[in-house]
Amino acid sequence: MSESKSLLELSGVGIRFGGLVAVSGFDFSISTGELVGLIGPNGAGKTTVFNIITGVYAPSEGAVRFSGSSINGLAPNKITAFGIARTFQNIRLFSSLSVVDNVRTALNLHLQTGMFGALWRGRKFREEEHRVRIEALELLEIFGLAKMADAPCRSLSYGDQRRLEIVRALATRPRLLLLDEPAAGMNPTEKVELMKLIRFTQERFGLAVLLVEHDMKVVMGICQRIAVLEYGRKIAEGTPSEIQKNQRVIAAYLGEEVVDA
Amino acid sequence: MNELLQQILNGLSLGAIYALIALGYTMVYGVLRFINFAHGDVFMVGAFSGLYLFRWLKPFFDGGRWLLAALVLLGAMLISATLGVLVEWLAYRPLREKPRLTVLITAIGVSLLLEYSAQLLFGAAPRGFPSLVEGGAIGGIGGLHASNVQVLVFLVSGALLFALRFIVMRTRIGLAMRALSLNPTAAALMGVNISVVISFTFGLGSALAAAGAIFYASLYQAIDPFMGVLPGLKAFVAAVLGGIGSLPGAALGGVILGVVETLVVGYSKELGIPPGYRDAVAFVILILILLFKPSGLLGKNHREKV
Amino acid sequence: MIRSKSVLFLMILLSTVVSYVFTGHPEPSWPIAQIDDYVLNIIVLAGINITLAVSLNLVNGHTGQFSLGHAGFMAVGAYASAWLTQVRGKEFLAALHFCDAAAPVVAFLLATIFGGFVAAIAGFAVGLPSLRLKGDYLAIVTLGFGEIIRVVIQNTDSLGGARGLTGVPIRTTLGWTFAIAACAIYVAASLVKSTYGRGFLAVRDDEIAAEAMGINATKYKVTAFVVGAFFAGLAGALYAHFIGYITPEGFNFLKSVDVVVMVILGGMGSTAGVSVAAVGLTVLNELLRQAEQYRMIAFALLLIVLMILRPQGLIGDPVRWFKARRANR
Repeated sequence: MSESKSLLELSGVGIRFGGLVAVSGFDFSISTGELVGLIGPNGAGKTTVFNIITGVYAPSEGAVRFSGSSINGLAPNKITAFGIARTFQNIRLFSSLSVVDNVRTALNLHLQTGMFGALWRGRKFREEEHRVRIEALELLEIFGLAKMADAPCRSLSYGDQRRLEIVRALATRPRLLLLDEPAAGMNPTEKVELMKLIRFTQERFGLAVLLVEHDMKVVMGICQRIAVLEYGRKIAEGTPSEIQKNQRVIAAYLGEEVVDA
Repeated sequence: MNELLQQILNGLSLGAIYALIALGYTMVYGVLRFINFAHGDVFMVGAFSGLYLFRWLKPFFDGGRWLLAALVLLGAMLISATLGVLVEWLAYRPLREKPRLTVLITAIGVSLLLEYSAQLLFGAAPRGFPSLVEGGAIGGIGGLHASNVQVLVFLVSGALLFALRFIVMRTRIGLAMRALSLNPTAAALMGVNISVVISFTFGLGSALAAAGAIFYASLYQAIDPFMGVLPGLKAFVAAVLGGIGSLPGAALGGVILGVVETLVVGYSKELGIPPGYRDAVAFVILILILLFKPSGLLGKNHREKV
Repeated sequence: MIRSKSVLFLMILLSTVVSYVFTGHPEPSWPIAQIDDYVLNIIVLAGINITLAVSLNLVNGHTGQFSLGHAGFMAVGAYASAWLTQVRGKEFLAALHFCDAAAPVVAFLLATIFGGFVAAIAGFAVGLPSLRLKGDYLAIVTLGFGEIIRVVIQNTDSLGGARGLTGVPIRTTLGWTFAIAACAIYVAASLVKSTYGRGFLAVRDDEIAAEAMGINATKYKVTAFVVGAFFAGLAGALYAHFIGYITPEGFNFLKSVDVVVMVILGGMGSTAGVSVAAVGLTVLNELLRQAEQYRMIAFALLLIVLMILRPQGLIGDPVRWFKARRANR
């Protein structure tokens, strides 16, 4: 594992809200091509870790490095520009926009023409608009959403909205994709679909994927490595089978008495 | 030195009035999370109710001037409270689940409606407001002067603040108000009748605004249909300054704003600020506080969950 | 896409021609030009209001911010332009002597653009600190900024103070008014109709998600404020050179509310709907001039009832409406 330098590296990261220590002393790294899960009981700080990586919160201590450069405390949009994209626990699509426009918006990052291009509408602008639409449609095609490209995104089914969120995140051309509870609210069949989808995305785009998930089947089924958080600290890290056997993890999930029994 | 103390005293009486209005903003924000733009106009209605109550009741009270003043104050508070409850019931209640912006626009509509209806009813020209208590200054300590009205303002607003504190901290409905402001869903699940609590909050806030209006009118001795706009906005600034949602904060913010405003006008030459900038003081404070401490002096921080 | 640009040029050309025909420059030459002064006034005011409403819509509708200070930017534009043409009028004209007979018109145009730029700078100054705020807080802060602008003008003697500024040369014509209105419509419409411009809508729909998609929400919000203020400034300059007399009171909070009502009636985020609402309300204002007292009461009731029954606005998007009708046939 250590032959290649890791893509994302968190060392000693901690954050406090007032007196509450949400995450502390968190060391973690992920390399290109890896699919890693981040699990833990409710309130363990998983989403907080996501929010630190994506710049929603600035960590109170520790360092966050992405492909060699420090991204500590950068604004979320800057971090996305570095190549980190995310989805949200509760779907956050741009509700008034069509499916394809949701994806186009994420391609904004890579535009050559800006406001004045949009006003002048010269050839360069028109060519770029064309390219952007093609790229968005291609991405939608890969995920089977191209048919609905011009439909309002609100009209999509729940599962398709989740998929659109992933497509939108991919449109920023990330190297690391963070998925925040993508299986939430899905039925078993949808979950199986989702697992295939995540693995496919990771291979197709050559990404590092970090997955926060409650559903053990999903996490154990697709992750190569799993980190476990409890009360803001990492209590275990390893392969799915190692984690399943880890006494501390079992205790964290099921309570102490089970261990004693 | 004496002059400074005198200015501060004057500022305190103005600040007490801002505090009374600000409490209404902050209470409504506490339970509904929105800025009741029409609050300043409920204040105005309080002043006009006071004027008409005074005229009607005056013939019946020859000697008992204090009793008359008390009745005018209570009557105006009752009328404004009714109006506040009515406004919430008619305009805001149908919008309870709608985006906050929709409610804000409605509040602007209610504000305009009250202002222009008042203009239609009472005319646009300023009307004189009678002195409810005999005028004249009480020669205070060390050459400080406080008029009868100012003394009344201090005493009654102090009493009202205590009464409010009692209601919020020691009664069932006060407990329900606090529960609602902490977590509306949980409060409803625990059997709090949200609609009743919201109505009560509007009534309470409006009554306090009416008391402020009677004092304001007594100090400046003139009222008009648009008199509520500026004091309303300034009281809102006071609420934000103290930390919106916090009752002690609103009181503190009101007092600070009243004192600062009076001092800026009183020392305009020394400070190099023309007295005409008086009405801009509050907004400058607002912008500064929102930039540097948006949660206000005594408020709590809120973060959006991601 | 290229078509929309040619439409703009056509509109500007048309309005310039119309202006020559109707306002008779230098003197009415055709009998058709004998248009009623009263009607002409309403048409020009409607044009100014279109500019105001469309530019506010960029901030309130497309970007989802809520500004209640548009009249403040209008005031900045009006006073800045009038400062050039009235307060410093003689010097300014003298500096433009090489334009000969056209000097007054050139002075007016330069002053108008100057008004727009000064207002844009004010928009930047307001936009930057206001960005951390949302919804009702932002509304109050912009209102506060508008009031501060008014108070500052009121206390500046060289701008006439509270008494206002009289004798602003009357130069605004129908043509210039609609040329600027057309520009405002074009800028608002084409800005939004682009991948870049979808960013405004994304910020409106979900700021946190927009940031996570690499969109600089701050930059978008400031841009909306600056562009909106620029056009409000142009509208203010047009207004000053149309009425010839401006007072700080004329740009108070109620004027801002007027514009807000146009945007809400037209349907927030719909440039076409907002333009129609601006024209409709201008005409309605004139018709109700006799019943001034009832006018604002009616407006207020309209706002309240509209928010309860139809918060998306009365007009919505007429363009989409027509398309839908055609598609149904």
